[in-house]
Amino acid sequence: MKEQPASGTLQLDPSASSVRRRLGFRFEIDPARKESPWWMTIVSVFLALVTCAIFIAANGKSPLVVYEKMFRGAFMTEFGITETLVKAIPLLLCGLGVAIAYRIAVWNIGAEGQFAAGAIGATAVTIYFPDLPMYATIPLMVVFAIVTGGVWGALTALPKMYFQVNELITSLMLNYVALLLLDYLVFGPWKDPKGFNFPGTPMFGAAQSLPVLGDTRLHLGLVFALVIVVLYWFTVKYTRWGYELRLIGANQDAARNAGINIKRHILIVMIASGAVAGIAGMSEVSGVTHRLMYGISPGYGYTAIIVAWIAKLNPFGLVVSSVLFGGLIVGGYSVQTLGLPSSISSMLQGAILFFLIAGNMVSKFRLRRNG
Amino acid sequence: MDLLTQLLVAAISSGTPLLFATLGGILIERSGIMQLGAEGLMLMGAVIACMTYIHTGSLGWTLLAVFVVSAALGLLHSFLTVTLRANQVVSGLAMTLFGSGLSAYLGKSITGTPIPGAVPKINLGFLDDVPIIGDMFAHLDILTWFSFALVIAAHLFIHRTSFGLHLRAIGDNPATADVMGIPVQLFRYGYIIVGSMLIGLAGADLLLIYSPTWIEGMTAGRGWIAVALIIFARWNPIRALFCAYFFGAMDTIGFKIQLIGSAIPSYFLKMIPYIVTILVLMYLGWRSRNKPSGSPEALGVPYIREQRF
Repeated sequence: MKEQPASGTLQLDPSASSVRRRLGFRFEIDPARKESPWWMTIVSVFLALVTCAIFIAANGKSPLVVYEKMFRGAFMTEFGITETLVKAIPLLLCGLGVAIAYRIAVWNIGAEGQFAAGAIGATAVTIYFPDLPMYATIPLMVVFAIVTGGVWGALTALPKMYFQVNELITSLMLNYVALLLLDYLVFGPWKDPKGFNFPGTPMFGAAQSLPVLGDTRLHLGLVFALVIVVLYWFTVKYTRWGYELRLIGANQDAARNAGINIKRHILIVMIASGAVAGIAGMSEVSGVTHRLMYGISPGYGYTAIIVAWIAKLNPFGLVVSSVLFGGLIVGGYSVQTLGLPSSISSMLQGAILFFLIAGNMVSKFRLRRNG
Repeated sequence: MDLLTQLLVAAISSGTPLLFATLGGILIERSGIMQLGAEGLMLMGAVIACMTYIHTGSLGWTLLAVFVVSAALGLLHSFLTVTLRANQVVSGLAMTLFGSGLSAYLGKSITGTPIPGAVPKINLGFLDDVPIIGDMFAHLDILTWFSFALVIAAHLFIHRTSFGLHLRAIGDNPATADVMGIPVQLFRYGYIIVGSMLIGLAGADLLLIYSPTWIEGMTAGRGWIAVALIIFARWNPIRALFCAYFFGAMDTIGFKIQLIGSAIPSYFLKMIPYIVTILVLMYLGWRSRNKPSGSPEALGVPYIREQRF
């Protein structure tokens, strides 16, 4: 984006400026302000809630009751809290994946497909090496998920590097390909022969499942996610590679002139992005569903885009936003008892993103008195 | 009908939604604004069409409702990208996510309700005797005829009128156009709104003709394929027609192979349009490696009048 507002004003249209003079003040982009204030995020979420309240009211329900029910369902019971965290794990991992790519303005929206690829890779271990002990199976599943997810990410990067293909389109098309491949496997060769035609692989054994905390559903994937949060923060902040990423993100032309190989970075970033989303897929099959099955992701890969954006690509911010959106998904399920569809949460997600962008841009403007 | 006619009819009926969406996208992108929210707009168009048709049973009201809603969404996109100068990629993504969420929410109660025969067919008698395509023309509905007219109108508008010249000017060099007295921001608003209405119509066409039942996420990536088709068609309406039908054929060819009784699992056949999209874009990138892609020069760059160049 070439967006470097200069402070000088070029008068092009005299009639327009005379209108401004009559008003006595004008809006203009503040050249000094790059970041929007932190409270803008809260304002955006609040405005999104207000907007969606209109649609809820149109459905004949009281928005306040619905929001209260969502909040209680997600954060006020022990089951709700652990369930929120369970949903936050794949969101955090996928969000970290896309955040790496967005750092250098590679618009990877293929986390959904990379997630599925990772889940397929991890499940392949359980299908082809069923009798390994746990200390061998789990690391092997992680490695397989990293490889399959990384390959899926690279499939987006390579056309961009060599053929200038827009990565948005490639990554999205690959989502559909990955999900169809998953469907083929669970309806076809990998289907559980004793599963009464349920579209899923046989249940994983104890050796193939991630350990859980006590008798909750909270699994070891949380640790994976937190390790990657720290890894991401450290790499971007303290390594040479991270410095180059920040440089490309700040000014691509300057980075190219400084001799940074941008194509190589695009490839590395997409492999890393895919690998992290792949780990999310692995932790979901091994920690939550204990089998690869049809419809394994309720759109984690897409929600992750908003999760990353709302956190401004900051790894620690991502922890907060993924828990918030995990809660939104769980809250969406809990209002089903009121007779509302659970897609209320995806509607809210989109609205939040809208207000967030608008808020970011509005806070770049300033009001100035003409003088 | 012989096989060729069948394939042509199928390609047209699945290609027409793509054609509408691509034409809308061409209008928007020619004015210099990226439109990546097509998927969300199409879903909203489809769900609004389904709801209004079930309630009113009238095609006119249905199309009117679709136009109003997609114009409102287009207004939102133009406010964000033109007035606030927000990142056009992210605004488009937000449109897609919001559209799929809101359409799923609105359409929950009408999921699975079939609405057959909403759009009447028109048979122009004198075309019946033309070999091969004569039989095909007998199976076209009003919206498809409208799409033919729209292609020609869009082509003439962009390349043969002064408004079209202004449209190309604000997409290629908004600063110069502004100096020449063309209201850049106003025109961009207009084209985004009209283009969004066409993309909404694409969703309505998909629902009313191609698969007349609302299912959550029923566009299945067609909005994104339309985004690819804009590049494929090099921002030209006439090319868009052929590209859309080519992809329409890709969409149905898997289905046809399945009917013949091939051993390939249907899941792999369903992948065809997605993989072909990527391959075609790669081919185009390779072919145009040394020449301009035909894209509007200021595409994706917010125009700031006060900015010094």
